[in-house]
Amino acid sequence: MKPLLARLVAGDRLVGDGAMGTMLFQRGLEPGRPPESITLSRPAVLEEIAQLYLDAGSDILQTNTFGGSPLKLALHGLEAETEAINREAVRAVRRVAGDRAYVCASCGPCGRLLEPYGDVSAAAVYEGFRRQLAALCAAGVDGVIVETMTDLAEAKLAVRAAKEVSPGIPVLATMTFDATPRGFFTIMGVSVAAAAAGLLEAGADAVGSNCGSGIEQMVQVAREFRRHTAVPLVIQANAGLPKLVDGRLEYDETPAFFADKARELAELGVSVIGGCCGTTPDHIAALRAMVDGL
Amino acid sequence: MTVLAEIADAVIQGDGPRVAPLTKQAIAAGIPPKEILDAGLIAGMTVIGDRFRVHEIFLPDVLLAAKAMYAGMDELKPLLLRDGIPSIGKVVIGSVKGDLHDIGKNLVGIMLKGAGFEVVDLGHDVAPERYVSAAREQGAAVIGMSALLTTTMPVMREVVEQVRAAGLAGQVRTVVGGAPVTEAFAREIGADAYGFDAGNAVDVVKGLLGRR
Repeated sequence: MKPLLARLVAGDRLVGDGAMGTMLFQRGLEPGRPPESITLSRPAVLEEIAQLYLDAGSDILQTNTFGGSPLKLALHGLEAETEAINREAVRAVRRVAGDRAYVCASCGPCGRLLEPYGDVSAAAVYEGFRRQLAALCAAGVDGVIVETMTDLAEAKLAVRAAKEVSPGIPVLATMTFDATPRGFFTIMGVSVAAAAAGLLEAGADAVGSNCGSGIEQMVQVAREFRRHTAVPLVIQANAGLPKLVDGRLEYDETPAFFADKARELAELGVSVIGGCCGTTPDHIAALRAMVDGL
Repeated sequence: MTVLAEIADAVIQGDGPRVAPLTKQAIAAGIPPKEILDAGLIAGMTVIGDRFRVHEIFLPDVLLAAKAMYAGMDELKPLLLRDGIPSIGKVVIGSVKGDLHDIGKNLVGIMLKGAGFEVVDLGHDVAPERYVSAAREQGAAVIGMSALLTTTMPVMREVVEQVRAAGLAGQVRTVVGGAPVTEAFAREIGADAYGFDAGNAVDVVKGLLGRR
């Protein structure tokens, strides 16, 4: 397999994977328990999910380590398991992926707010990410995806930590934006322009957005990123917002709708197109077919 | 600028270290504590709430302003208690059982306090019976529930049912909110109201208590 960075630089188009949390809940993860708790108790579930996305056509499979910072694991009394949780999550996906797909480490927010508006120091957040990413990189990932970030300062700490523990590792960094009357901003007030500039300054190799409120809005976010940077873009959208249907929660964007709208992402030259909350292997299969048909 | 305007301005600037001495200065000048609260701290937070609502400012600015407001409240609280000045209403809030997310809930708490409510924050991962017992013990008029996870939303229904079972329906009102929560969901579970964001939550609670 060509290194991930070479593919990104060459302008190749890659298909990401879909939701993790949704899949875990369907497989018995109890509400209130962290998704990472599955990793040590039932790693076979992670292999099953990775296999579903691989079969659906994902070029990139992400690890079940979104909340794997020791700061976040500490909320569940799992801080001491930081190394094992991050390492075993990589191993599970690698057993399935082999060299047929890139294994990328998922690194989400640490769950605490930075000083001065929050109560945790930048040094502590950085050290948490460093510890998580050291375990992930030592286990052998092809790239790191820093995602769902809303605070640019925190996102930059994660990007820098990844580059410190593994200087050559490709780092893809994505933030989550809301539409406001004044344009797209994260809840912490970061604009797309500021996100692009800040993430690149911290050393990210590709930037973009994930989560959000559906594929159509994400196309607008991608367009905004494209206006501000020529680097490879990563876009992983939700399948809309969850709605309550007969007492169950459903995301309303079908695989066909999702893939059809994602065509606009491809036309914008987005390098990695994948899914986030509510997207299934069917969404990924539809994306794969769309990308292959271009 | 009057000292009260200065207090409001320091809250707006998120300048906690300035608010405490200014509040002391206002107290020393003999301004009634209730007036310092309303025309100083709450006036400042109202501006913050309005700016946040129109996306002129974002979460960090609100959190800093809240810290500044609390610095002033710490000075005023003993005096308000001494004078027997009641708040405009008492609200019990918390993120529901299974949900460890509390940024949204904290924001609601800030906005409620900033509007003059007394807030009893039960934190996150709050079991249904805790909301009910806290509301009863504290004599709260409203229970506010928050959920970020779709998987924890069903807990809200349990709380509504337990309020009814405890014979508190009508006396203790229930309000729900959080990213995946909708008006339709609130209706379905029988909650008294739905707040679509922290600013709206204040309007909704005021509406429930007839204070609009």
